[in-house]
Amino acid sequence: MDLPLIIMQLLSGIALGAVLVITALGLTIVFGMLGVVNFAHGALFMIGAYAGLYLASLTGSFWWGLLLAPILIGAFGMLIEFVLIRRLYGRSIDDPLLLTFGLSYILVEGVRIVFGSDGIPFPTPPQLIGVLDLGIGFFPRYRLFVIVLVAVVLVALWMTLEKTRIGLIVRAGARDPTIMQVLGVDIGRVWLAIFGLGVGLAALGGVLAGPMRSVNPEMGSLVLAEAFVVTVIGGLGSIVGAVVAGLMVGISISMVALFAPEMATIVMFALMAVVLLIRPQGLFGVRGRTA
Amino acid sequence: MTRPSSGEVLAKSAPSGLGRILDHRVLLSIAVLALLPWLLPSKALAVNVLIYGVVVMGYNLLFGYTGLLSFGQAAFFGAGAYFTGIAIGRYGVPWFAAVPIAVLLSTGLAALIGVVSTRTRGIYFSMVTLALAQLVYYVALQAASFTGGENGLRGFTVDRISLFGLQVNFLDPVNKYYVLMGFAGLAMWFQSRILNSPFGAVIEAIRENEQRARACGYDVERSKLVVFMLSGAISSLGGCMLALHLSIVPLDILHYQTSGMIVMMVLLGGARSFFGPFVGAASFLILEDVVSLWTPHWQIFVGAIFVLFVLFLPKGIWGTLLDAIGVGKARQ
Repeated sequence: MDLPLIIMQLLSGIALGAVLVITALGLTIVFGMLGVVNFAHGALFMIGAYAGLYLASLTGSFWWGLLLAPILIGAFGMLIEFVLIRRLYGRSIDDPLLLTFGLSYILVEGVRIVFGSDGIPFPTPPQLIGVLDLGIGFFPRYRLFVIVLVAVVLVALWMTLEKTRIGLIVRAGARDPTIMQVLGVDIGRVWLAIFGLGVGLAALGGVLAGPMRSVNPEMGSLVLAEAFVVTVIGGLGSIVGAVVAGLMVGISISMVALFAPEMATIVMFALMAVVLLIRPQGLFGVRGRTA
Repeated sequence: MTRPSSGEVLAKSAPSGLGRILDHRVLLSIAVLALLPWLLPSKALAVNVLIYGVVVMGYNLLFGYTGLLSFGQAAFFGAGAYFTGIAIGRYGVPWFAAVPIAVLLSTGLAALIGVVSTRTRGIYFSMVTLALAQLVYYVALQAASFTGGENGLRGFTVDRISLFGLQVNFLDPVNKYYVLMGFAGLAMWFQSRILNSPFGAVIEAIRENEQRARACGYDVERSKLVVFMLSGAISSLGGCMLALHLSIVPLDILHYQTSGMIVMMVLLGGARSFFGPFVGAASFLILEDVVSLWTPHWQIFVGAIFVLFVLFLPKGIWGTLLDAIGVGKARQ
């Protein structure tokens, strides 16, 4: 096995991991703030892909779809928080999980009614069709774009959380919501925004994954399991953990696909089991709440 | 482990006459199930209620009584079915031996998954069980030479069953129902014994207050692992019943959608109640039966009804009913 091939496969793994990072990030941010695990996250990823596809065909440009789908689906996520999840704060931690699980049934079946059960191809934007010569091999332009875009989104998110007033409120709210309320912050509005952000990230992941996978109503269920594995490995609630674990899982999948293709679907679960046996709270998780 | 002295208290605290009748829960449940084929529109539906009832009952031990929300019960339901089918079809094992072998192997699988997943708590546990059950799904998908892969497991049929020298035609739906009811009765007796035992009190103590149970000297981790295995064993028996009933095992049985369906059923019926799982399985399957007659998109209704139950009726149909007549509260 020659080195260039391994490097190309590594890049593929990073592109795969980048989508996982964005998706898992949405899940982990919502958990860190609200203590809610959104079981409809995979379904919202799928809806994001459909919304991106629909908006792209409506406006004639992939870029409008990429921009508008996460915003629209994020707003839809805020509606979900406002109408449904909000009623469950203070009840058993299982209840939001169960509710969002039921919601995923409604969302998946709703998409089947509107768009049909068959998969729809998601065309790659014309500017990104083809491959780029990297000197050691050819790499699809679109995958390179995904890696760059995810990096930009991560930096922007990190800057917002660490350097702005809003980020300060969010970080403080994650640590102690009661004190934040005493200080005069309307924590309900922060939670609403964070839930919207989490869902928006799921939708962004869906649009980005669209041209790499086929778009169908069931695509969310696999993504949900993948996002769970990533957040469990990284540590639920940890942003750094989601990034590291997402890349780890993406790279392991594409590396194993190179040497033992039939093990590719299994490797991430094995990775998770090993991490759990050694560090039940995940690589960057805080002990107490979850393990 | 020291024996808890309060083991009997839970069972004995039902004061009313009605409560005393419900103490014979196994016999009562069997009596109701015996009438089921004549109450439901089709015998096939009744068999399904029986099978899913047993699966959900096993799951209820974990979720309802111990408070562990697993999203991976399909792994054991599926394992029971696959092991039964492989034992009969590939190795020519007679059905009465295949069932205990399958349950034993599935319990082993539950031990493996349990060792990893019971190390985690709360929401983590739900996510980890889901992921590990998906692992089982992909293994079954890849090991196509054993499991038939995507096409499911075929090539084994149980058409005749000899019971105490009596030949029973297993293709007749009524015969089939009552043979399978024997399995269900056995599972119910076993579950009732667990709940009435000191161990049953320990798992309920863990649900009510894990730290306090630990402070009382109980080995919480080991109890969780044991209850995980018992729950898997009972649910896998439902899988054996399904294999005997269908003579095929569809791959979908292992998918997490099946785990989700089990969760829905236990919530619709009522977690923490003995007969709730059967009520839940029956309501879910009847709903599916009725709604799918006039729309292929029945899942949207199931999802909506489930959301409404989580919001407004978290104790489920049977649990709310027991509360209404005052039995449920007295038993808690």
